[in-house]
Amino acid sequence: MIIYDIPAFPKENLVKVENVWLVDRSSSRRTQVGTLYLTATHTIFVGKGSEDRNELWVLHSLVCNVVKHKASQSGYPLLIHCKNFQVIQFIFPQESDCHDVYISLSRLSRPEKYEELYCFSFNPNVGKAEREHSWDFLDLKAEYSQMGLPNKLWHVSPINREYRVCDTYPADLFVPKSVTLPVIVGSSKFRSRGRFPTLSYYCKENHATICRSSQPLSGFSARCLEDEQMLQAIMKSNPESRFMYVVDTRPKLNAMANRAAGKGYENEDNYCNIKFQFIGIENIHVMRNSQQKLIEVSALRSPSMGEFLTGLENSDWLRHIKSIMEAGLFISKAVAEEGVSVLVHCSDGWDRTAQVCSVASVLLDPYYRTLKGLMVLFEKDWVSFGHRFSHRCGHLIGEAKEVSPVIDQFLECIWQLMEQFPCAFEYNEKFLISIHNHIYSCHYGNFICNSQKERKDLCIKEKTHSIWPHLWENKLDFMNPLFKPDQSQNQGLLRPSTAPYCFKYWRRLYNRFDRELHPRQSELDSLMTVKEETQQLEEELALYEQKMAVLDKEHAKTLYMQKGVLDSKQALWSLPLDTSLANTPQDYISGFIGGAPNVFTLQQGERESAEVCLYGDKTKSSDADNSDQESGVADFSSHSSGEESLPSEESVKDPDSDETGPNRA
Amino acid sequence: MEFAELIKTPRVDGVVLHRPFMPTVEGTLCLTGHHLILSSRQDNTEELWLLHANIDSIEKRFVGSLGTIIVKCKDLRVIQLDIPGMEECLNIASSIEALSTLDSVSLMYPFFYRPLFEVIEDGWQLFVPEEAFKDLESMTDEWRLSEVNKDFSVCPSYPSLLTVPKDIDDESLCKAASFRHGGRFPVLSYYHKKNGMVMMRAAQPLTGTNGRRCKEDEKLINATLCAGKRGYIIDTRTIAVAQQAKARGGGFEQEANYPQWRRIHKAIERSNVLQEGLIKLVEACNDQSHSMDRWLSKLEASNWQSNVKEILTTACLAAQCIDREGASVLVHGTEGTDSTLQVTSLAQIILDPACRTIRGFEALIEREWLQAGHPFQQRCAQSAYSNGKPRSEAPVFLLFLDCVWQILRQFPCSFQFNENFLIMLFEHAYASQFGTFLGNSVAERLKLLLSQKTVSLWSWVNRPQELERFLNPLYEPNNLVIWPSVAPQSLLLWEGVFLRWNRSTKCLDEAYQEMVHIIEYNKELQNKVNSLRRQLAQLETEDGPLQTP
Repeated sequence: MIIYDIPAFPKENLVKVENVWLVDRSSSRRTQVGTLYLTATHTIFVGKGSEDRNELWVLHSLVCNVVKHKASQSGYPLLIHCKNFQVIQFIFPQESDCHDVYISLSRLSRPEKYEELYCFSFNPNVGKAEREHSWDFLDLKAEYSQMGLPNKLWHVSPINREYRVCDTYPADLFVPKSVTLPVIVGSSKFRSRGRFPTLSYYCKENHATICRSSQPLSGFSARCLEDEQMLQAIMKSNPESRFMYVVDTRPKLNAMANRAAGKGYENEDNYCNIKFQFIGIENIHVMRNSQQKLIEVSALRSPSMGEFLTGLENSDWLRHIKSIMEAGLFISKAVAEEGVSVLVHCSDGWDRTAQVCSVASVLLDPYYRTLKGLMVLFEKDWVSFGHRFSHRCGHLIGEAKEVSPVIDQFLECIWQLMEQFPCAFEYNEKFLISIHNHIYSCHYGNFICNSQKERKDLCIKEKTHSIWPHLWENKLDFMNPLFKPDQSQNQGLLRPSTAPYCFKYWRRLYNRFDRELHPRQSELDSLMTVKEETQQLEEELALYEQKMAVLDKEHAKTLYMQKGVLDSKQALWSLPLDTSLANTPQDYISGFIGGAPNVFTLQQGERESAEVCLYGDKTKSSDADNSDQESGVADFSSHSSGEESLPSEESVKDPDSDETGPNRA
Repeated sequence: MEFAELIKTPRVDGVVLHRPFMPTVEGTLCLTGHHLILSSRQDNTEELWLLHANIDSIEKRFVGSLGTIIVKCKDLRVIQLDIPGMEECLNIASSIEALSTLDSVSLMYPFFYRPLFEVIEDGWQLFVPEEAFKDLESMTDEWRLSEVNKDFSVCPSYPSLLTVPKDIDDESLCKAASFRHGGRFPVLSYYHKKNGMVMMRAAQPLTGTNGRRCKEDEKLINATLCAGKRGYIIDTRTIAVAQQAKARGGGFEQEANYPQWRRIHKAIERSNVLQEGLIKLVEACNDQSHSMDRWLSKLEASNWQSNVKEILTTACLAAQCIDREGASVLVHGTEGTDSTLQVTSLAQIILDPACRTIRGFEALIEREWLQAGHPFQQRCAQSAYSNGKPRSEAPVFLLFLDCVWQILRQFPCSFQFNENFLIMLFEHAYASQFGTFLGNSVAERLKLLLSQKTVSLWSWVNRPQELERFLNPLYEPNNLVIWPSVAPQSLLLWEGVFLRWNRSTKCLDEAYQEMVHIIEYNKELQNKVNSLRRQLAQLETEDGPLQTP
């Protein structure tokens, strides 16, 4: 863990405000006073009056918006909503301080240029060589060759080497060997933004492929021979099949409306042997509004069950997740069960298309259910194919209308699958949440910009670090202890149920920072501990067996020499498993359950979770913290809804009642 | 009465059985006095043995001469039987209807069931009040065991032995009983060892519209307070409902008469409302339309999750008063046999680690449900598919189990039992070969001679062979109070019960097996390492003297 030393902050831009209150939204008892610093990159709160270093670090790039609230008795509140769904509330004693921080933070959290992003100043203690090496961690070329490409039917076309045909596509693209350069160029001219059909996934077993593109510029009647030849070639590159699917992921109405603008969808009469299919996933604007509503629901304080469920339903969020999952399932079934190739597109082919192709890949191929495989999938289907990360995640100040949680939805689809197939994924939920955090944090260069070309122009690889080696180093935290790669259910196609009740609210993401809402003991963590211990035991066992062998043969002197080793090792495995299992819940909850009433300190867990938002996931819940499930009682009385549950009349008269008691019911 | 009279057609061949997530089976359908049996008469396929008592309702359909009976079970399973021949089908249907709605308890299967296992530990003798009182005596001498209800005349729904404050004599108890609904005067439910606070339960006081009071009742509950301390009365009803109850002779404790007590009203639904909720919830779960909106709005409209939240919240509140506030608590609703028991039993699970073991949980069910007079027979007469006019059915116990499951989900390492244990209890409460859940009170059970004539569920469950599948592999005893979250985000739908027959559980079962395997392998290694370590140490000491010259 890196320890920050506050005096070492860059002195410029440093704003410092004393006596600021940090409000814990779940419990007023844990509100604490301290000093607030604004640096060029972080908002830092340092709690006062405790020996622990109670610090909260928030990257400016994670700040979604800053809102000043009406002054209250205690001062001037400032609310910070983060892109990782953390909500932080400060209360300032002085209005001018509150305003200053508001103005500074509003500016700092909305950079105008890429160069202002944190990844350009983030400088961990690694050398140049190591940084460059970090970018070689994933090699897409090797990944394609793992997939079985190039082969006698597909090859890499050099046509986009200089990003001239399509500036949002990667330089290297797989196309059928049979298509000529003029066909590609012709097809690209007939597609929005030049995004011609190209390969995304190839199924070694039956040669079926998933290809992707943008919509054709067909208008009401236009056609393009080269584009038709292109599709024909893709179909023929799957020798076994006699037709291919063209999947338009948009609702039919949207696609038809596009025709008026000279865009649209493929006319089945013009293309030989295609089966055309609309899927009906809504556009980025609908998704943005939907998530906004979902976030509002997740942030409700003590909602009733009815409010929560109605809010969840009205957000439509789970309906959208279901439609993406169904699209992915349709495509993966076409490939795996029918052996038919599929061309997927939406409008521009970088949002819904990316979602659906990558969901289909996860369903189809167990590789993408491993840590490394998911990283590859991100690099391949999202980063290289020009998902507009900077627009969709709002990395820079710009069009609010371009922001949309497209990537969140993909991550959530995987999570929903993990709920249905607990043994099928090598990674766990923390991995998804960590990736989510880093997509928005701009801590690493991977998700900066909107295309490969932009990243190249900005020299991202020369100036920033790659996230993947960092995650790989911490992979112990991200492993699913239940993962069974050899199990039959994990071979080949996953067939999830898409019944509505299979889609659940993702509490760990949307209420990530509300520790009190999560289970107080974690099955995942317990099993990880057991597995870790098992590994140690295996090592011990090997050592002892060796010793036994030696003892059997050797004489006493040898034995005497080894005695020391045995004793020193003993401590390791004789650690009582029992207590660590039962009494050390996850770190993010120990803050809640460890806080004795009226003690205004941040607990271990709070500090760590604050750091997690900085570092991703470097922190480990290693501390044998004195977590105690007893203390820090949840204020159940406050969860009751409305006036009807107000206590009987006389409770109001009682002046000496304990504030935390049920009399507040 | 002979069962044969009710069985119009005992046997039909060529019947096809459809079950969720299982291959269809063709075979012979047999009706016996207590079972519906379908057997393919081949060794390889599983037979269906369904207790008539488990059948909630049936539907008949005809296509030509092929009849179909849809059998909807109390455990929420729905199966389909295709029966060739209209007459046979009608006969089977009417026989099932008659056999599944027998009114007489003594005709129920538990009176005919003979165990195929040897009863080593008789479940009927496992949890007697005297034993529980011995435990209490070891902690405090403030209480006594009263025999005032020996012949069940003071309170027909109470057991014969009751724990009451030492200083209150039986005469006062009788007077207090006459002031409480159904004679259910305040009795001890739980003693919190940590701080000596107690939880009591009762039925509503019969204050009526003119504000009756009862000195003995006041004295009785005041006797549980330490000097200068205040207590909390948790009324599980809203103040409005409690006010209305006055008109029917019920009511709530007036502040003026109980100055040392603060009353808190919560909003747990009446049992008939709960039954509607269950029907709606199961309807939503079985809806095949697969539209997201309808699912969530139906789930919401069932109010099931709201009920879970409210019950759990009230239980947490009671636990909080006892453990955090250091105050004693009296819990009651109207009759004191439903919501009251949900609250007192859940509060004990939160507070008392013993209740989170298998034995402790069984004892809790005996104490707080069976002996406390929850009318199982009435409440579990019908389940979610009942289409008749509801009488007094209500999923009160199922809601309690659901709440326990919610806590179990939040503290997966703190319970000795797993989800299967709770599901098993749900099944047996509604239909069982064991006598445990028959009858509505201790008095009724005695009259039925259940302990002589039937086998106790506990006699079966506690056999090591059976117990194995109910053990939670993650269990590590945890002596702390466990505070669950009651926020809507934290409460889940109990899929193990409500979606059990609607989705394949193959992957989830495999995950569970894998979890068991991981932990067992770990234990195995621990044993190996320990024994090697001992061997090594032994070898060392044996060889030790050789080194010293």
